[in-house]
Amino acid sequence: MSKTLIKIENLHASIEGKEILKGINLEIKEGEVHAIMGPNGSGKSTLSAVLAGRDIYEVTEGKVTFNGKNLLELAPEERSREGIFLAFQYPVEIKGVSIVNFMKAALEQHREHKGLEPLSPAEFLKLMKEKKELVEIDSKLTNRAVNEGFSGGEKKKNEVFQMAMLDPKLAILDETDSGLDIDALRIVANGVNKLRNEHNGFMVITHYQRLLDYIVPDVVHVLYDGRIVKTGGKELAFELEEKGYDWIKQEVEA
Amino acid sequence: MAKQDDDIILNEYSNKEYEAGFVTDIETEVFEKGLNEDIIRRLSEKKGEPQFMLDFRLKAYRRWLEMEEPDWALLEYEKPDFQAISYYAAPKSAPKYNSLDEVDPELIKTFEKLGIPLNEQKALAGVAVDVVMDSVSVHTTFQETLKEKGIIFCSISEAIREHPDLVEKYLASVVPIGDNYYAALNSAVFSDGSFAYIPKGVRCPMELSTYFRINQGNTGQFERTLIIADEGSYVSYLEGCTAPQRDENQLHAAVVEIVVMKDAEVKYSTVQNWYPGDKNGKGGVYNFVTKRGICKGDNSKLSWTQVETGSAVTWKYPSTILKGDNSVGEFYSVAVTNNHQQADTGTKMIHIGKNTKSTIISKGISLGHSNNSYRGLVKISANAENSRNFSQCDSLLIGDKCGAHTFPYIESENPTAIVEHEATTSKVSEDEVFYCNQRGLDTEQAVSLIVNGFAKEVLNQLPMEFAVEAQKLLALTLEGSVG
Ligand SMILES: Nc1ncnc2c1ncn2[C@@H]1O[C@H](COP(=O)(O)OP(=O)(O)OP(=O)(O)O)[C@@H](O)[C@H]1O
Ligand SMILES: [Mg+2]
Repeated sequence: MSKTLIKIENLHASIEGKEILKGINLEIKEGEVHAIMGPNGSGKSTLSAVLAGRDIYEVTEGKVTFNGKNLLELAPEERSREGIFLAFQYPVEIKGVSIVNFMKAALEQHREHKGLEPLSPAEFLKLMKEKKELVEIDSKLTNRAVNEGFSGGEKKKNEVFQMAMLDPKLAILDETDSGLDIDALRIVANGVNKLRNEHNGFMVITHYQRLLDYIVPDVVHVLYDGRIVKTGGKELAFELEEKGYDWIKQEVEA
Repeated sequence: MAKQDDDIILNEYSNKEYEAGFVTDIETEVFEKGLNEDIIRRLSEKKGEPQFMLDFRLKAYRRWLEMEEPDWALLEYEKPDFQAISYYAAPKSAPKYNSLDEVDPELIKTFEKLGIPLNEQKALAGVAVDVVMDSVSVHTTFQETLKEKGIIFCSISEAIREHPDLVEKYLASVVPIGDNYYAALNSAVFSDGSFAYIPKGVRCPMELSTYFRINQGNTGQFERTLIIADEGSYVSYLEGCTAPQRDENQLHAAVVEIVVMKDAEVKYSTVQNWYPGDKNGKGGVYNFVTKRGICKGDNSKLSWTQVETGSAVTWKYPSTILKGDNSVGEFYSVAVTNNHQQADTGTKMIHIGKNTKSTIISKGISLGHSNNSYRGLVKISANAENSRNFSQCDSLLIGDKCGAHTFPYIESENPTAIVEHEATTSKVSEDEVFYCNQRGLDTEQAVSLIVNGFAKEVLNQLPMEFAVEAQKLLALTLEGSVG
């Protein structure tokens, strides 16, 4: 019986007084991959942002336990250091800051949190090289400033690269597959599969069953109007691909 | 590119914490406070100067008496009382040392606290350091190597004694004694500073570096720097400073003059970190500096790079006179103001020769209640055919109580000239900060990183080790001011 990584109970969150998450219940155990699907505007990105600690969303009710800790009490940077990684749906540009320096600064914080010494320059560069190979990202990209002038697909690849560098316990991938060409999709999915092990977990938000051919989920959830309305195995993704969301909406509203 | 990143990392790992704000306990000889002709005579005598220097000083003093202190619209500060300043302070005996072992250990301790690379390692790394501490040069390294090439790099006092012809010929040739109030005062009372002469066709093999530091309470600093790059020569010169915390205001009124001859190039880099005062602006350094260079010969080039984080009040416009045809002037600046700091900085590019080119990149960062003004003058005179200027002034605001102001003045008397000016103002966005937070950086670290990125174009102009120091300085300046 593997350990629970994250447990979300009756999570409600709103923005500017408008409730977006209306009671989410979700539990991910170590070693599991959960896919989250659902129509546009149903609250998928909101859920990931709330878990990462974005303070524009107000949590009005509920509880989140991560690694035995009360997640909602932690600052966003503490959540990161504890092992939550969010691959953003829309990664921002940080002008003039090279990915190398950015990752070095981030990794130092993560290591300090774990009581580890910073890596020596040689060790750090070795790690960079290793992870670059893992996600097949070019040095041409990692030597540039974070996302500055990156194409949509390059930004997504960069997110996966950073994930590989920080080696999180729980990675939330918010539509990391959108904007990727077929080759990139395969590369990114392979990267995730290589990182996957019995101690970490993934929450993969996607609109396309296609991704789940590569990253095979243990559980598929459907988020609709701020609630998880259906949970199933990977065959649920096929069903959604085929039939769309109408039947689910009907079920919910019935 | 990858190489450079690696180097930055290697450097950063090997550099130590940078801290300022302490006082060294070294016996010093100090003049009584006050300013008059007698003080100037004594000062000149103490320094063993030739007659021409005394005459120069007295002439400047008399000019200064007739001048009025400038009033800058955007600077507010208490005017310094010039009679309440002591104009000479020297370590009791100021010998030249052959090795670091002979140097007062207190002094070494100060340097170490500052992270000043006055040690053998740094020297081996190729930096000759001429340290100006309390106005008298205490230590000079690598003189021998320089001597072989015929390069003169010494304190200006020494230059006045050893190379009076050069000094007499070039001193005040770029900044005339009556140029402005503070330049006149400096000409009258300058205590020490640096002198560099690069002979014809010589490429200076190392960065020439001077670290300034005010150490004696209530001692005004009037540094004088003169750099002459003879035909076809090249030199990169670094100036950096920190100051210990003080209760009284300390005045700093330096003059820097640079002469660049035909086909020569000078790169002048500054990292400036005078004590800015406490949160309320009390006790900071007043920094009124006149820096000017002339591209005298054809195809000459002068490049200024500065990182300014300190001072309560800064008033500074490194300027370049582009006299030779095809000469090039560059100005790269990062100025950070925090709390109640006020900075009024910028540059002047005076195009006189034909086909002259100038580039201005100014990055202003304002935090707290500070005010950061950029004032730039681009003047194209009637004979400056086909001259070009490009100016880019970007401001970054952190918080909503600070201000940034840009004043570009363009005077063009030649219709063939092209002058372009671009300006932007932006804020550190919450999305950027959150992105960094999500990777494990707290907000302060995030802002520091974003600020460094914003200033990148300028920081890239600095020699590597200076760039690392400058980044730390920026981070230090932001400490405790965001969140
Ligand atoms: N900052 C905000 N201000 C106002 N409304 C917001 C904000 N963020 C999210 N919302 C609203 O919350 C709802 C859920 O948005 P969210 O981005 O979580 O959807 P999603 O499921 O990720 O959709 P998509 O599939 O299009 O990415 C939407 O109606 C959206 O307009
Ligand atoms: Mg979304």
